[in-house]
Amino acid sequence: MNHPSQAARYVADQERAHWHDNVIWFMREKRDQAVNVIPEWEELRELGARIKGHTLSRLDDYLERFESQAKQLGVQIHWALDAEEHNQIVAGILQAAGARKVVKSKSMLTEECHLNQFLQERNIQVTDTDLGERIVQLRQEAPSHIITPAIHIKHEEVAELFHEHFGTDLSASDPDQLVAVARDALRRTFIEADAAITGVNFAVAETGGFVVCTNEGNVDMGTGLPRLHIACMGIEKVIPRIKDLGVFLRLLARSSTGQPITVYTSHFHGPAAGGELHLVIVDNGRSQLLQKRKFNKALNCIRCGACMNTCPVYRRSGGHSYGYTIPGPIGSVLGPSRKLKQFYSLPYASSLCGSCTAVCPVKIDLHHQLLEWRKEIAGAGILPWTKRFTMKVASLVLRNTWLYRTSGWIARVMLRRLPRAVVYHRLNLWGRQRDFPRIPDTSFRQWYAQRNHEQQK
Amino acid sequence: MNSKNKILASIRKQPVREISLPDSNGFGIRYEDPLGQFENMLERVGGVALRVADQAQIAETLESIEVYRSAKWVLNGVPGVQRDNPDEVPVGDPRALEQLDVAVLPGELMVAENGAIWVSTENVKHRVVYVIAEHLILVVDAQQIVHNLHEAYDRLSFEQVQYGLFISGPSKTADIAATLVKGAQGARSLHVLLVGPPPPTPER
Repeated sequence: MNHPSQAARYVADQERAHWHDNVIWFMREKRDQAVNVIPEWEELRELGARIKGHTLSRLDDYLERFESQAKQLGVQIHWALDAEEHNQIVAGILQAAGARKVVKSKSMLTEECHLNQFLQERNIQVTDTDLGERIVQLRQEAPSHIITPAIHIKHEEVAELFHEHFGTDLSASDPDQLVAVARDALRRTFIEADAAITGVNFAVAETGGFVVCTNEGNVDMGTGLPRLHIACMGIEKVIPRIKDLGVFLRLLARSSTGQPITVYTSHFHGPAAGGELHLVIVDNGRSQLLQKRKFNKALNCIRCGACMNTCPVYRRSGGHSYGYTIPGPIGSVLGPSRKLKQFYSLPYASSLCGSCTAVCPVKIDLHHQLLEWRKEIAGAGILPWTKRFTMKVASLVLRNTWLYRTSGWIARVMLRRLPRAVVYHRLNLWGRQRDFPRIPDTSFRQWYAQRNHEQQK
Repeated sequence: MNSKNKILASIRKQPVREISLPDSNGFGIRYEDPLGQFENMLERVGGVALRVADQAQIAETLESIEVYRSAKWVLNGVPGVQRDNPDEVPVGDPRALEQLDVAVLPGELMVAENGAIWVSTENVKHRVVYVIAEHLILVVDAQQIVHNLHEAYDRLSFEQVQYGLFISGPSKTADIAATLVKGAQGARSLHVLLVGPPPPTPER
């Protein structure tokens, strides 16, 4: 896995890359509008960050409190150390209930655990019910964005996909028509489902309840029909009090799509009459991340997607180029915490401009963490030799005044005289899509010295 | 050691940096005309607000709504309105609600900031009714309004409420080419009837 090579493949289709950039930037603009009408926005972010910080500092207490409260509501609690155990638990519950058809509402955790594949291998049919998730599921792809999973796909391509799977007309490619097709197809699936699996946005220690946010209503359709509901949550989803929802729900929707709140904010405090409600609490590497002082703030994340919407690299390279379940700046700090070698290139998929940090509703120090990861990666010696070598050379030149001046002089003279083919060759990655600026006649040092000299006259 | 204890033991190895839990009491934006703000926001999120002078006018207002007039099956949970009562409907299995055209149900509390209405299982037999109906009409006492979500959570109680929901507009999606489309999986439209006189404007 290597971000630059995947991204290169993505930007080769220039028209699509520009389209993606614009679509994603539109979400960032909507976020700004939604945030600017709230005068206390910065205080709200501070509240969110402090509540998360507090919760993480005594996460064990809050999880135990949550468990005991939830049990009193009749919720059955399960704990999973890793993805494998999570999948085993979910499959076990479904098999015990004889469930064959399952509807799932968007949950990045079950993506992270590759639950769908696990269940399908056990003859349990899983249908993703969030429209974007359904589209990527039919295309046998992973989501490319955590809020709008199919944002990389154009509506004509969705029309082709639906034509193939539902036999609809190819010309019916308006988003309106396509949504109507998906609605009808999904309604059948909901009616036939034996069980529902959902994610969790917030779990409340005080009451033992949990909240899931959607715009489509698929969580409520999914959980409202079959008698079995399994909710899966990472350990970092717990918050102390019911009133903290006021803070996080205000932060979440405004930051992610620029809505004042999601259309449906569903509060579950126990199973439906005659139903069963299970909750699987998953670690899968999170408690290890919690132990890393420099990086544990990443667990503040409420999965709004604002950091990717604003990121110049994400917008131009698309979510799939990251090769991790969660793309963008937050994915680039979470990926390496999991598998350093596999995801070493992600912290470099950033210009360190700091825009992600500026929009993050829970104040994760994203661009600082990206830089910290680069130090860890360099220290671990897993950078490719090209990068190591250039860094060595740069360090040597920048430390030595004479060498610095001489190489500057050589560059100025040579870049002007050498034929284009010699400068823009295969190894000049930087020059692949752009030209060097015009080379000045004098160096800054020369210009500065001359200016001082003239002023003294 | 079971997984729970392993996870908790691993969590306890974290570098301790105790941060106090901040309070959000009295926090949040307030509006001069909260009901007007609510109507504004509801419209922005794709819903329709209708003011109703008193209880007696509800039936008449409902008749003015096209989807209500043309509905074959209306489920009604609001006193004083004719048609089927949800508790009397012979529906044991919520799947039988699939053909439901319109649900008229009480809303408990409105939030001015975001155009959301709180509903819960206190008023219905099947929680799915809020999304499975093709069209949803909520009837709310115009006095039951708060400025923002912080105030809403101060007011709401979760004892004995297994399922509750903030609804802000009709079901929608922007998952295809980032184009906003109403009527994804849930109700295609949302009307909110604001019944009775608006809350008095606070003295300044």
